[in-house]
Amino acid sequence: MIETTQLSKKYGKVEVLNIASLEIPTGQSFGLVGNNGAGKTTYFNMLLDLIRPTKGSITNHDIVVNQSEAWKNFTGSFIDESFLIGYLTPDEYFDFIGDLRGMNKADVKLFLTQFGEFFNDEVLGKKKYLRDLSKGNQKKAGIIAAMMGNPKVVILDEPFANLDPTTQIRLKKILKTLTENKEITVLVSSHDLSHVTEVCERIVVLDKGHLVKDIETSQETLKELESYFSV
Amino acid sequence: MISHFLKLEWKQFFRSSSFSKSIGAKILIGFFGLYFTVCFLLIGIGAYWILKKQFPEQDPLVLVNSFLMYVIVADLIFRYLMQKLPVMNIKPLLVLPIQKSKIVHFILTKSSCSFFNILGLFFYVPFSVVLITQGYNLAGILGWLASMILIIQSVNFFNFLVNKNNSVLVGLLLLLIFGYFIQYFNWFDLPGFIGKGFDAVYQSPILSLLFLVMLIGLYMVNFKQLRNEVYLDALISEQTKEINSADLSFLEKLGDLGPFIKNDLRLIWRNKRTKSSVWMIAMGLLYGLFFYPNPMYADMEFIYVLVGIFSTGTLLINFGQFIPAWDSGYFNMLMSQNFKYERYLKSKFTIMAISVVALFVLGIPYIYFGWKVLLVHFAAMIYNLGVNTHVILLGGTFNRKRINLDEKAAFNFQGTGAVQWIIGIPLMILPMAIFGLINWLIGFEIATATIAVMGFIGIALHKKFMAAITKKYITNKYVMIHAFKQEN
Repeated sequence: MIETTQLSKKYGKVEVLNIASLEIPTGQSFGLVGNNGAGKTTYFNMLLDLIRPTKGSITNHDIVVNQSEAWKNFTGSFIDESFLIGYLTPDEYFDFIGDLRGMNKADVKLFLTQFGEFFNDEVLGKKKYLRDLSKGNQKKAGIIAAMMGNPKVVILDEPFANLDPTTQIRLKKILKTLTENKEITVLVSSHDLSHVTEVCERIVVLDKGHLVKDIETSQETLKELESYFSV
Repeated sequence: MISHFLKLEWKQFFRSSSFSKSIGAKILIGFFGLYFTVCFLLIGIGAYWILKKQFPEQDPLVLVNSFLMYVIVADLIFRYLMQKLPVMNIKPLLVLPIQKSKIVHFILTKSSCSFFNILGLFFYVPFSVVLITQGYNLAGILGWLASMILIIQSVNFFNFLVNKNNSVLVGLLLLLIFGYFIQYFNWFDLPGFIGKGFDAVYQSPILSLLFLVMLIGLYMVNFKQLRNEVYLDALISEQTKEINSADLSFLEKLGDLGPFIKNDLRLIWRNKRTKSSVWMIAMGLLYGLFFYPNPMYADMEFIYVLVGIFSTGTLLINFGQFIPAWDSGYFNMLMSQNFKYERYLKSKFTIMAISVVALFVLGIPYIYFGWKVLLVHFAAMIYNLGVNTHVILLGGTFNRKRINLDEKAAFNFQGTGAVQWIIGIPLMILPMAIFGLINWLIGFEIATATIAVMGFIGIALHKKFMAAITKKYITNKYVMIHAFKQEN
């Protein structure tokens, strides 16, 4: 359960985010959409305690994120390329992250075997540094790293951007299996309405920092969102 | 077109987000530049008379000529380490209607106006003027001066050709040593032989045209090479050569710290910025050779402390001063991972501590200059271990500048702020002052012991220091996250 209460972030006098109340129950697949500057990444950054809220707080499984670091044990995330270590090979990177998440080498290897199809032979076992991979392959590595070590919460910012169509479909499958047992909460932001409606059971629309729509996904959701954004 | 380029350069310089912040560093570089300029100017004016006085039976010009080989090779080595090919962000220009050859000409012309090329003139021009006033042949001197200028320019372009090639550097170093030895043992006077060539230029100035041909040739080669690289894929194909990763699994024995230390070793080895500072370590280790052979410093024992701190601590200083900015590229990720900050800092500490001990061992040959030297170096090592490691980690909490790992190190002040200059005081000046004072008041042994004891106290309090430093890092977390995001 992730609870947001009276959250506000101001830069000077400009308020970039203001969420009075938002509850994301455990096991939900949660989608965040909104135009540029709506506050999606800001929200995720606050959830990861990378920026401090001006007011209010976010609680991740009963832990106030900017007071204790215990949430790090069960939260995996990938926001952007700055989460990758450019001078490591993907394999070394997974070993490193795995080590921080309490997995030994064998665990990491076993974990990665599930994603052979997703990586499409372009990431693992290649003698290349992450910084030399294409944007899409970098993203693949980052997304999978966010799922390491049995997290209870997975946060992905724009996971579909830069991926090829095949990989997008495979990613959707992975995300769906992730939330199958209703144990892992997945938070995804995206500009692609159809992807989000397909993956997420609940979609929240942000506009200029405010929560303007909160929808249980259904057959009509995509239409509803499209008509909202086509103004 | 040129004015467009110049405007772009101007804006790039003044609009970079780090401009106002690193103005201090720029002023300091300016002072260094001014200092060297004045030195060269004074030597240029005075050289004639100094040489005349020291070697009354020899012609100063012939004397200077006989050393020119060293000057040229040393210049080349110095440039190799320090001078970067001027970079220009060509990517956005490629698709605009600008001829590629123009871009290349601009980059090359810009390089020939570099400070490295101008500095030498401050020696050669006044020296030539003095020679002319002393009744040397005007045409001869002008020819000679022109040759010097052409050689400087040629070295400039030659440097860019060899820049990607380490074996050339080794070759040049060997040539320098070789030349020194054959002159020392009087086998064959290679520098003198080359010097004779320059004498000939003075005799018949027309020979300087040869250097012009050389310069044009080098320019053409450079132009051809660069012209071929004005493509996006030229840059890419260079990057993606296969890498072979060394097996560092033995480091896993370090337990908790293993993964971080492994990463840091890879960080040092796999990035341009850090890799070229490995050269700095070699230079730092040899730092003592500037002082010890010189009898002037024989009685200045506090110099031992400076050399000791510096030669055992080059990695500590070079690497330590940019903690945690080295990790600025992925700092966000580290901050959202599950590990204790202390573990991160401890791994940095361990690397620095190991390097200090290793560099001390490598520096044991300094005993050649007396047991006192080694003793002070030992004390300095302890001081580095106990005090400087902690000071530099603490200094790291003030780091607010992102570092781009893909850029060369020498004269790269990216990531440098006031901290990096101020931190030198407790790091080097303080132990020097304490040592100097006690040495003067009481004696050498006590002074050395004091430095060592200070180090031991630091080691004893290691846990406490680390806890305090960690706390400081944690409180500064958000500021660092924000700062490391800012591109320069």
